[in-house]
Amino acid sequence: MHLVVCVKQVLDPEMSPRDFAVDPVARRPIAGRAPLVISTFDEIALEVALQLREAVGGGTVTALTLGPRSADEVLRKAMAMQADRAVRIDPGGLGEGDAFVTASALAEAIRRKLSPFDVVLCGRQAGDTDGGQVGPMLAEALGLPMVANALRVRPGPDGSLHVERETEEGTEVVEVRPPVLLTATNAESNVPRIPKVKDVMAAHRKPIEVMAPSELGLAGEGLPARTAVEALEVPQQSRQCRMVEGDSLEERVESLVAALLELKVL
Amino acid sequence: MSVLAVVVAPQGRSPSGWAELMGAASTVARLTGEPVEALVAGADGPSLEALARDLWRRGADRVWRLASDGLTEPDPDRYVAALAWAAGRLEPTTLLINGDPLGAQLGPRLAMRIGAASVTEVVDVRPGEQGRPGWVRPMYGGKAMAVVGSRQARTVVNVRPRAFAAPAARSGEPPADALVSLELDAGALPAPRLRVLERRTAASDGVRLEDARIIVSGGRGMGGPEGFQVLQQLAEVLGGAVGASRAAVDAGWVPGHLQIGQTGKMVAPDLYLAVGISGASQHLAGISGARHVVAINKDPEAPIFRAAEIGLAEDWRKVLPSLIERLAQALGRAPGSRAS
Ligand SMILES: Cc1cc2nc3c(=O)[nH]c(=O)nc-3n(C[C@H](O)[C@H](O)[C@H](O)COP(=O)(O)OP(=O)(O)OC[C@H]3O[C@@H](n4cnc5c(N)ncnc54)[C@H](O)[C@@H]3O)c2cc1C
Repeated sequence: MHLVVCVKQVLDPEMSPRDFAVDPVARRPIAGRAPLVISTFDEIALEVALQLREAVGGGTVTALTLGPRSADEVLRKAMAMQADRAVRIDPGGLGEGDAFVTASALAEAIRRKLSPFDVVLCGRQAGDTDGGQVGPMLAEALGLPMVANALRVRPGPDGSLHVERETEEGTEVVEVRPPVLLTATNAESNVPRIPKVKDVMAAHRKPIEVMAPSELGLAGEGLPARTAVEALEVPQQSRQCRMVEGDSLEERVESLVAALLELKVL
Repeated sequence: MSVLAVVVAPQGRSPSGWAELMGAASTVARLTGEPVEALVAGADGPSLEALARDLWRRGADRVWRLASDGLTEPDPDRYVAALAWAAGRLEPTTLLINGDPLGAQLGPRLAMRIGAASVTEVVDVRPGEQGRPGWVRPMYGGKAMAVVGSRQARTVVNVRPRAFAAPAARSGEPPADALVSLELDAGALPAPRLRVLERRTAASDGVRLEDARIIVSGGRGMGGPEGFQVLQQLAEVLGGAVGASRAAVDAGWVPGHLQIGQTGKMVAPDLYLAVGISGASQHLAGISGARHVVAINKDPEAPIFRAAEIGLAEDWRKVLPSLIERLAQALGRAPGSRAS
């Protein structure tokens, strides 16, 4: 079974708003000291894929990214988690890009270089743009059925897959025949594993395959972005918090009760 | 040339947030000067007919009704096919779809199929570049706001559910030519590729989080499922529902559908009481509609206090038991008894 997991490198989404600033002219955040990390839900997608490989008892997990050389770090992270293969599409020549450009590039790489495949996994949304577009667009570009918000995948009868997915009221088990695209969301069952130190070391010695857009038939003017970020700004925070005071714990609880009752919503 | 609000109604029933979507459509139409139209797609029946009338009352100049037995299940493949077909017939410049779990999947897929641009998580619109709408949406987990412009003739926009106000309803009956049925050839719908084997709906004895007036929410600071039992008691005294941060879901202390935030539920209670939650921007993204936010956190520097109106910097273990007791007295409800 061949599982392709699309991973993106993003500015640490957990960085505090206090450290977050944007360059309004470039319409980009100022990286500052915040680390670049693997996007939260992509790491979960990787965990879902690795668990499926274990459940099947074999197979190949390929981590695929579109990004500059620095994005090799997320591929190394994927290999430290025990992905078998790492592929990076270099964005040189693709211009500013957007979700459409990304999905098209990933689709060409999967079609031309990573086929045959059984499952393509993406995170439900990126930890930076929060778009949630690449997964559905990629499903469309590859003509695949899609199961959104997958938590866990297990082999089913006759080569089918059983996907447990989150719904608004609970969970659902869906049967689907590969090839299929899944987007992953978080649950207790798919908290990403922490790689062993020796695997982190080993990942640094493993090869990363790099593909140029021209190899994928994407060079030049063929792929203009369909959207553009026209402005980016940090909104002003205006709320003032009243901290509940009091000499004893008892007094503080009393003041909190009084403050809650004052809101007149209870 | 129109602004088209797309309402997907698999069971024929009105999906939540349809009226607010009409608010979004009217706002966009005022900006572009185009007429407002609505497309309602779903299972045929009297409720779909009623929904079509309601869409007219909420400001659609014309309502297209796409009814088919093939659309009874919320199958994304079929809906993408049906909407792509309708988009080809109606040629709208902008298609607006609610960004609920099904809509969030349909938007980008539809855009890809019909060669349109896709913009998601839209909360507002303003004049953008090239004399076209500038779609306002949060980015970077809500730490920034972006204006995104389309570079295609046609744009599919996922609107964050309830981000816009519903327009006032007009009375009366729609004129005969305002409601139009589209005849979709059943053969145009693809065979289903997904089969639902099992549906586990959590036994929800309380109110739905989206509708709750009071929410008591816990995070990693609750330390375990026992902490959530204490929160449950507090919720019962207040007549509210229990929610959680992602960290509490990942720890397995509560099921995923209780998660509040950017990738969980978007809630709008009168009172949101956050306990042991740090206040990451992605969590706050889910509570921007809350009227009052109150926080209990043992770290006085926790970012949640910058989003809260009232704060108590304290270990919840020290304050919750007496808080529950005191509120029960003040409200005349016994802890453990179920409030309405
Ligand atoms: C793309 C993306 C989407 C996300 N979507 C969501 C989302 O939808 N919802 C969401 O919640 N998160 C989301 N997150 C995760 C988010 O960034 C945070 O990691 C998460 O909200 C942290 O949860 P927490 O506040 O419970 O845990 P922590 O950040 O660990 O905070 C725990 C808090 O508890 C306090 N505490 C500890 N012990 C006690 C005690 N005894 N008494 C009182 N206080 C105590 C601590 O001081 C601390 O402030 C998302 C992240 C990404 C990247």
